[in-house]
Amino acid sequence: MTGILKVAFKLLVNDKGKFFALLIGITFAVFLMVMMTSMFAGILKRASATVLNVGAKVWVMDPAVNNVVSTIPMPDYVLDAARSIQGVKYAVPLYSGAALVKLKSGPYQAVTILGLDDATLFGRPQLLEGKIEDIYAENAFFVVKDSEFSKLDNPKLGTEFEINDHRGTIVGIAKVNTSGLFGIPTLYTTFNRAITYIPSTRFTAGYVLIEPKTETAVPFIKAEVAKLGYEALTKDDFIKKISDFYTYHTGLGTNVMLMTIISFLVGLSISGQTFYTFILENLEKFGALKAIGAKGSELIAMILFQAIFTALTAYGLGVGLATLMITVARLRLPDYAAEITYFNLGLAFVMALIIAAISSYIGIRKVIRIEPFDIFRG
Amino acid sequence: MATIAVKAVELNKWFGDGETRTFAVRDASFEAYFGEVLYIVGPSGSGKTTLLSIISGILRPNTGQVMVEGRDLWSLSDDAIADFRLEKVGFVFQDYHLFPRLTTAENVAIPLILKKINWDEALKVAGEYLEIVGLQDKVGLPPVKLSGGEQQRVAIARAIASHPDILIFDEPTASLDGDTGKRIVSFIKEKILNDKRCIIIVTHDSRIFEYADRIMNMEDGKISGLRNGGVHES
Repeated sequence: MTGILKVAFKLLVNDKGKFFALLIGITFAVFLMVMMTSMFAGILKRASATVLNVGAKVWVMDPAVNNVVSTIPMPDYVLDAARSIQGVKYAVPLYSGAALVKLKSGPYQAVTILGLDDATLFGRPQLLEGKIEDIYAENAFFVVKDSEFSKLDNPKLGTEFEINDHRGTIVGIAKVNTSGLFGIPTLYTTFNRAITYIPSTRFTAGYVLIEPKTETAVPFIKAEVAKLGYEALTKDDFIKKISDFYTYHTGLGTNVMLMTIISFLVGLSISGQTFYTFILENLEKFGALKAIGAKGSELIAMILFQAIFTALTAYGLGVGLATLMITVARLRLPDYAAEITYFNLGLAFVMALIIAAISSYIGIRKVIRIEPFDIFRG
Repeated sequence: MATIAVKAVELNKWFGDGETRTFAVRDASFEAYFGEVLYIVGPSGSGKTTLLSIISGILRPNTGQVMVEGRDLWSLSDDAIADFRLEKVGFVFQDYHLFPRLTTAENVAIPLILKKINWDEALKVAGEYLEIVGLQDKVGLPPVKLSGGEQQRVAIARAIASHPDILIFDEPTASLDGDTGKRIVSFIKEKILNDKRCIIIVTHDSRIFEYADRIMNMEDGKISGLRNGGVHES
């Protein structure tokens, strides 16, 4: 650190009251921004849980599908046509729907049912208990052991329940990477059992999952599927489509954006006001420095250093606080959907720097305008 | 023959334009020499501080020249003038303008730090200058813990730490009682002045006139008289 920046550092941190006010203001703003955007990121990730958990590279669906739960079943010929497209290694159907199960204890519980292709079980979850081949047993279902698991009365292997007047038996307990958004348990079974047990429309396949032979085949596959009047999306495209739906076609994105902007403005106003007061109090001293021989660029460097140092320290504190809060919340609330992403961190970082830039700009304007002559004149 | 430290030639400074134009300094010409203490005296509003600011590179005159080391100060760029102030001029402001959040040593070290001298070295040198002004035991204290006279001496130590040729004092005794004021000015003359340094003091305080080598009177922006000092005027 050069000498003049060390002077700036000491001027800043030795004024403990203002320094802490600045830190608290920006920390609070960063904390709120990270929390808001992390909750949004968590919600978006959970909204794409099925896509992430099943893991297929290409998803074929009705173009009107805008999120994973609102499936529009497609006729069987789409599956056949997909299998015949050049560049497709294999294609399988996926059933995705909702149902009510009646628990042994009496109450009904809504569940998400995923029906895997009978022949390949493509997209199956990792089993914690039970054997994969047991899925072919009579009435067999796998249950996902996630934060919603307890809503099915913590089933064990062999636990029975009722689904649309059919008996269901838990033959495997599975785990997945991401829980769903809507707080309901997930059951896996075979495609055929799913369409048999659950009231179905004429068409049954919600999605056709495609494994392309090569990555380069994907554009051609997309084009061929489009000719059928359907849409083929890569996993990332589908996740983006779901995110876009929640971001732009529900109030969620707007609300989170507003809250983030409000957090930014709160931080900016506290920081700007405090920094301005700090500069005003030291204005004559800066004028004296100018008179002694400090150049304008050195004074600007001092103020920028003070603002950036405060912003970065507060950024670290804010991110740390948000991480702590999310960690504690997850321990207490298994459903808690918040995820700190690099994007969130980058956004909060940029916001903190903007707070520092605007705060220091106000100070710099004052300091640049102060004339050493004013110091003499008193 | 004494060497000229600063030569002011036909300096004019006015504020405002047209009918509102007011002259703060009018046709001021004088010379200040190395090895002397020159007082600029006069009533409030007579232009003392404006003249001091012009010759120390702080306020640009409307017309006229300030010659230092054979060159016109005000023909230099802003950065060069800032360098001139840092290298050649030491300031002791009326209100001292010490940083309350820094220690006395750090305050004194500021001109050295601006001259890009290493922090530890600057603090060491600052300690030596605090010893010259008799404050070696106050090195680690903030200025607010010092008396007015002690703060004045810290400001003097800061002004001389960078070995300036010209020392500028603005009302050095304004915030001090009579005895302390005299002691400070006596100290300046005995310990700070040498034959390679010129000290210019702006003051109202006639009690310290006895320490002047020459006294320059100003009235209404004009230099109205120049006389030898050493005479206590009532």
